[in-house]
Amino acid sequence: MNIFLVLFFIVWILGWLINIRLSLIKNAKFLRFFIPTLFGFVILLMWEFLVLGLNINPVLLPPPTAIALKFADSLDILWIDFVQTLIKGALSGYILGCGAAILTAIAIDKFNFLKRGLLPFGNFVSALPIVGMAPIFVMWFGFDWESKCAIVVVMVFFPMLVNSVQGLELVDHSRQDLMKTYNASYTQTLFKLRLPSALPFIFNGLKICSTLALIGAIVAEFFGSPIKGMGFRISSEVGRFALDMVWAEIFVAALAGCLFYGLISLIEKQLTFWHPSNQK
Amino acid sequence: MISVENVDLTFETNDGPVHALKEVSLEVKEGDFVSFIGPSGCGKTTLLRVIAALETPTKGNVIVNNMPPDDARKAREYGYVFQAAGLYPWRTVSGNIKLPLEIMGYSSKEKEERTKKVIELVELKGFEKKFPWQLSGGMQQRASIARALAFDANILLMDEPFGALDEIVRDRLNGELLKLWERTSKTICFVTHSIPEAVYLSTKIVVMSPRPGRITDVIQSPLPKERTLEIRDSKEFIQIAQRVREGLKSGHLDEDL
Repeated sequence: MNIFLVLFFIVWILGWLINIRLSLIKNAKFLRFFIPTLFGFVILLMWEFLVLGLNINPVLLPPPTAIALKFADSLDILWIDFVQTLIKGALSGYILGCGAAILTAIAIDKFNFLKRGLLPFGNFVSALPIVGMAPIFVMWFGFDWESKCAIVVVMVFFPMLVNSVQGLELVDHSRQDLMKTYNASYTQTLFKLRLPSALPFIFNGLKICSTLALIGAIVAEFFGSPIKGMGFRISSEVGRFALDMVWAEIFVAALAGCLFYGLISLIEKQLTFWHPSNQK
Repeated sequence: MISVENVDLTFETNDGPVHALKEVSLEVKEGDFVSFIGPSGCGKTTLLRVIAALETPTKGNVIVNNMPPDDARKAREYGYVFQAAGLYPWRTVSGNIKLPLEIMGYSSKEKEERTKKVIELVELKGFEKKFPWQLSGGMQQRASIARALAFDANILLMDEPFGALDEIVRDRLNGELLKLWERTSKTICFVTHSIPEAVYLSTKIVVMSPRPGRITDVIQSPLPKERTLEIRDSKEFIQIAQRVREGLKSGHLDEDL
């Protein structure tokens, strides 16, 4: 039994014991951040010692320290890839797709005939397999980020549309009658009643789409891209058995995804403080 | 002020047509406090909605302030109070009261003045910055009345505004509503299914019955304009309440209540 395996078991048992102790503490506020941090840290340590102890081939699973070193070593490349894929591809597609979906939802809500035509069409578009559409979009929009943006637009449009339409539909009838008794115009009703009351649904859509945009932009690069971008890097580094770089990219994607989701949740909390789930 | 003549209203539903109102005629004079009372399905809310131009009658004629009801709606001749307070949860109490004023394009100075005035009128001072969900049901309904009063329409249409409140709160709000009516000299149409509430508040009680929704009795109340809760033990009060009950019963000859 080598030293790393012993360390693995020590960390495991220590983590377990600390967890038992922590679960007895009642101060929830401090624990809310501490427990997940500790859990992640213990997992990383166990991963490190297990990989070293069992002498696992780094192609199969590199130790976290190797990934961290590679990460620190290739910050410039990771930044270029991050800008290419997540800012140019995912974020632009996300804003375009979600924005277009909200505007379409408003149009559908105003003109009922659109609902019968557009919703099934949107449903159809969303059912198109991304792996099939990606090469076609690359041919249409070129190798650079524009084609990734287009893929993301297609991926986020429908979930966002359905959520927004539902939100606009669920407006309280007496509140709408109230607007009518004031002789409020269509735009006044839209901005003072319909959109605010649809916000919880709109944010639901925005949150679902944030992860979709990330996945779409990365996967789309597998089907053709300039020599930068997270998807390009992942597929080319896999070919060179440089799995530490792949893991570093995955880490960037996960981190960016979490931060973006957190940001949207934060804005949601600010804007829908009045919703029963947020009322204090 | 309000005149309803031979109004019929039929809703087309999946189960066939429903006669919500049949040959309904009614006169409401300026300064009247008129209650519509009857069991559910008698069309009392529908009648109020017809006056407010939220429903269009199939037949008959309605005049509100010398014009067709839809013109009266566009001229903002009435304030409407719904059964559910219907306050916007993302607006504070004063924000909710300002909503109609914003829509009608009042200046911000006038918005402040009018909001302050009606908040005092419904005794909500000190709660301007609260959100509706931080208030009790009674306070929410007061805010909703304040909102309907803010733009100073001379007709107030109220659809069971106190229906969801307990009796103690309701008694108090009834008293306050009477005071408010006296001070503002508005014309009020008030839908209720409580006999004591109707008799206590009204100068005129309209008794309705269902299937088809129609008026079975109109009672001109002999009670004085100034009333206290004690009036409910007086002989006149009990007599009117009895007559209302009779009217409600007669609409149900063919079925049991």
